[in-house]
Amino acid sequence: MSRLGAVLRAQPNWWLGASLMLALALAVQVGAVPVSIADWFAMLKLVEWSALGDLTQTPSAGSHVLFHLRLPRLLLSVLVGASLGLSGALTQSLFRNPLAEPGLLGVSAGAACAAALTIVMLGDLAAVIHPQARAWLLPLAAFIGALVVCFSLESMARWIAPGSVAALLLTGIAMNALAGAVIGLCTYLADDEQLRSLSFWTLGSLAGAQWLWVGLFAGVLATGYYRLTRSIQTLNALALGEAAARHIGVDVHALRKQIIVWVALLAGLAVAFCGMISFVGLIAPHLVRLWVGPDQRQVLPLAMLLGGLLLLVADTLARTVAVPAEIPVGIFTALVGGPFFFLLVRQVRGRTT
Amino acid sequence: MSHTQFQSAEQRSRRLALGYLACCAALPFSMFPSSVQAAATKRVVSVGGALTEIVFMLEAGNALVGVDSTSIYPSKATAFPNVGYARQLSAEGVLSLRPSHVLVTEEAGPPAVLRQIAAAGARITTLPANHRYVGLRQRVLGVGRVLERSDTAQVMLEQLDATWEQVRQQVAAQTTHSLARPVRVLFVLAHSPAQVLVAGAFTAAQAMLSYAGAFNAVQGFKGYKPLTPEGLIAAQPDCLLVTEQGLQAAGGLEAILQLPGLDQTPAGRSQAVVAMDALRLLGFGPRMPEAVLALHQALQAV
Repeated sequence: MSRLGAVLRAQPNWWLGASLMLALALAVQVGAVPVSIADWFAMLKLVEWSALGDLTQTPSAGSHVLFHLRLPRLLLSVLVGASLGLSGALTQSLFRNPLAEPGLLGVSAGAACAAALTIVMLGDLAAVIHPQARAWLLPLAAFIGALVVCFSLESMARWIAPGSVAALLLTGIAMNALAGAVIGLCTYLADDEQLRSLSFWTLGSLAGAQWLWVGLFAGVLATGYYRLTRSIQTLNALALGEAAARHIGVDVHALRKQIIVWVALLAGLAVAFCGMISFVGLIAPHLVRLWVGPDQRQVLPLAMLLGGLLLLVADTLARTVAVPAEIPVGIFTALVGGPFFFLLVRQVRGRTT
Repeated sequence: MSHTQFQSAEQRSRRLALGYLACCAALPFSMFPSSVQAAATKRVVSVGGALTEIVFMLEAGNALVGVDSTSIYPSKATAFPNVGYARQLSAEGVLSLRPSHVLVTEEAGPPAVLRQIAAAGARITTLPANHRYVGLRQRVLGVGRVLERSDTAQVMLEQLDATWEQVRQQVAAQTTHSLARPVRVLFVLAHSPAQVLVAGAFTAAQAMLSYAGAFNAVQGFKGYKPLTPEGLIAAQPDCLLVTEQGLQAAGGLEAILQLPGLDQTPAGRSQAVVAMDALRLLGFGPRMPEAVLALHQALQAV
């Protein structure tokens, strides 16, 4: 066991990357519609035609499923999982608390709350808006909700107790309660049809994946990661405590603001497009820290990889277990993450005592 | 239906066999043999209990390749691959049944998944999901059109219309003749004593009640809302209406009669509870006219 552990700890990047690739290769082959090698070649033709602007032809049913349904969904699950993992790692380092996650800050709830309000209050307005724009209305509302929560968190926490992370955490909990109450009120006011849309946001699903979303997430995630790698050392300093970090020259206030904006962007976008997917943001960075220790230079990229892997596995289970029906993905994020988590905690206990 | 599990290599022979089976099965019943073959070459996924009932009523069950979780009548419908809950469809799941047509009501979703299914080449027909007899007629005609059985659908519709006219007259006659006020009925979904939901306006239950000449004992809200014991006493229902499935989930008649506040109402004092099958009562499928009649008679007997 310890030898395996040593091997695993030696090259975590490599191990996680390889597992992710393997999982992708397996996941792309399984699904309700069987795909053959011929479908892959047909898909290449489909890509070529799409590139030429000819969207009317479809070489085979399997290739259509591969290109338009399965591939964007797989990639989106990896990207959303990575976003959740990264925002979870950021939240945990900000609060210096391994149990923190965007959900705790009220970011996810704020996004879902804004979506719920839009569904219930603007139901009539949505009918007037152009159908093309309507598809973007809810994601936009959810994202704005996440941003509003994040910025009001910042200012409220400063107003309650300046500079205190504990105050921020408590404000987050209060935000959560507030957003929860508004969602509850919306659920009460909603009619059957609205309730249906509401349940999507609370259950979470990757079923609507499109290439456009994949591109959007890839862009945001890459930008976020690039920006954050430049302040990764200061994140490590933050682990010493806010006062200590300030004493060694870290602009704690600016750092905190930066982290909060990125958490809002990453978690808010995830909720905006896929609804509330729980557990990944909590479990991925926590597992990584148990695995490689607290160095943010390793934790951030590994939390992204692990988050992506977790959500990919969970979503693959969600879409294949009950074929031809589908099971909400949130059930599997907990089912996959939970036991894994227990095992790791157990192993760490064994090592330290 | 094991024939849906054949591999793609056997598609041709399978299609032939299916066509043959369909002809054999449908010929004796159909007055329009020419449309039978057309229906047999279709591969239809029916999403909605009422729609599936109509498909079977049109003797076109052999064109089905999949149904949703609400399609529980007739019982042979449950033998088909189940694509799950109508509001949580999976694009790949539905497409794996290689449907040529997908029948849905306005309740099906999510919209993005329906778009994906349509983009893959399956023709999606969306039929109204309203709780009215006119809606049932539209559903029958719509399903008939998709299955190319409009003639059969027309014949069925005439029968339905005749039944409906009788039902209407019977309800009208009894409600105008009886001098008493209409029966006050409360439709109750009580899966646990702590959560009692009742039907308000714009629900299938209220629509059935008004068709059956009864009065919904709770007014002033839309959809299903939780009911407090005080609200129950204020509503003063003469009778409770429940679904058989709901009654079972709640723990039987005894449990329903234990609802707090019920003993302060006429319904509780006379233990008046009417139970009907959920799909028959609320499905607004082809059994709706006779369900209205059955409900009316059951409420008159209270």
